[in-house]
Amino acid sequence: MITRWLAASLFFVGLVVAWHVVVKAQIWSPLLLPSPASVFEYLRTAAEDGTLWEATIVTVRRLLIGYGLGILVGLPLGLLTASFRWCHDTIGILALGLQTLPSVCWVPLALLWFGQTEAAMLFVVVMGTVWSLIIATDNGVRTIPPIYSRAARTMGSTGLHTWTHVVIPAALPFLLSGMKQGWAFAWRSLMAAEIYVTILSGFGLGQLLHYGRELHAMDQVIGVILIIIFIGLAVDKSLFAPTERFMHRRWGTERA
Amino acid sequence: MLTTEHPPAPSQAAKLVLEHVSKWFQTSSLHVHALDDVTLRIAEGEFVCLVGPSGCGKSTLLNIIAGLDHADRGTVQADGKPIDEPGPHRLMMFQESALFPWLTVLGNVLFGLKLSNGLSAPERLEKAEYFLELVGLKRFMHSNVHELSGGMKQRVALARALAPNPSVLLMDEPFGALDALTREQLYGDIQRIWSQHRKTIVFVTHNVREAVCLGDRVILFSPHPGRIREEFSIPLPRPRDINSVDLARYATEITRVLKGYVQPEVAG
Repeated sequence: MITRWLAASLFFVGLVVAWHVVVKAQIWSPLLLPSPASVFEYLRTAAEDGTLWEATIVTVRRLLIGYGLGILVGLPLGLLTASFRWCHDTIGILALGLQTLPSVCWVPLALLWFGQTEAAMLFVVVMGTVWSLIIATDNGVRTIPPIYSRAARTMGSTGLHTWTHVVIPAALPFLLSGMKQGWAFAWRSLMAAEIYVTILSGFGLGQLLHYGRELHAMDQVIGVILIIIFIGLAVDKSLFAPTERFMHRRWGTERA
Repeated sequence: MLTTEHPPAPSQAAKLVLEHVSKWFQTSSLHVHALDDVTLRIAEGEFVCLVGPSGCGKSTLLNIIAGLDHADRGTVQADGKPIDEPGPHRLMMFQESALFPWLTVLGNVLFGLKLSNGLSAPERLEKAEYFLELVGLKRFMHSNVHELSGGMKQRVALARALAPNPSVLLMDEPFGALDALTREQLYGDIQRIWSQHRKTIVFVTHNVREAVCLGDRVILFSPHPGRIREEFSIPLPRPRDINSVDLARYATEITRVLKGYVQPEVAG
């Protein structure tokens, strides 16, 4: 365990050192590739004057609300498409089509429909999340061995009980990977929306990134990118990883 | 005389009555006549084995008795009432254990108990522990399903099927996937449990020796379409040892008869 930590730390320290070396070699202008030190300096000052925290809070709040809405809509719809053929032939096809649409494409529509408001942001995030979640849920439920429901039926399980006690738990590994994928899509959609849409109700990380570009402040651009990566990693490690570990232990799918 | 036509004794109450049951399956590419005019009476507390090669419809018949499937023709009754849906009086054990991997061993045994009414939580736990003890797995009650061997899984499946106290136990090649040694242990267990709890058991297998070892009666099926060909009553004393000479004699005789029904099919 300690050696794994050590190897990981060495790797990332190595990356920063390599970055530093490349900057020192002055292959590219420092305006295009700032040094690690200047990026960390930007992060320090932005953290001290509060802009970084405010932007992070605005962004994470949008993400949580949008992602939450996406799950609330996507999971039940996915269960429906998996269990009724007519839902599969309608909502299922719609989801499959819309899932292939990059979420940036929703931005112009969101702007026209909702104007420069929070609703436009949420719309983009929900659209980016919900379709892939429907498809993952649908696939998950369809992959359940039918023997589980048959066994449950012989023991007297019917209707709603079968759903809550057999279908959903059996599909859980797939639901979780669908939710993880949905999370990644939500995060991407939100960044796209924040970079393209300036709204006055909140100044998020995407907007911070966008203004870094406008001001030619590459230390800001790279600093914000690092924060965005860090949030993504932190959510994965703190939310999804423990759940997955639990499931691998239960289901016995853990790699030795 | 080994072969006997065995009409159920009039004193025994018929638990399951199947009359003129026929079943067809329609898939996109073929039309299968799975069961043809099957009539069968099974007495309360009887251990009946259905034997035949694969494709003879014996599993289909079991599904129909379970209420998971429906006969296209004929009637199926349990305790004089028609079977039209699964019920907790007829529990089924499958070839794969069909245990739920999201529950622990104890959780699996409790699953059926929670669905049968009238028990408080401590009573359910007591029952689950009793049946896990009965199959010798009480100390694994908190284990995850994947941590058990194939034989242990089937024991848990047996405990899960027995716990809600069904009057009929339907077993669909439950030991088919196990190694010979584990199977032999389970033959002993199932006979012991059957003599203690006296369930009506319908046991499907393609293993003639297994059928002779377990059944009061062995019903021989032939395929395409699935038909009952012959019945053998097995009056051997219990508990039976699958390696005993007497048992082998019955098995040899039944296998010989079975081949008579199957070989023309293969040759043709």
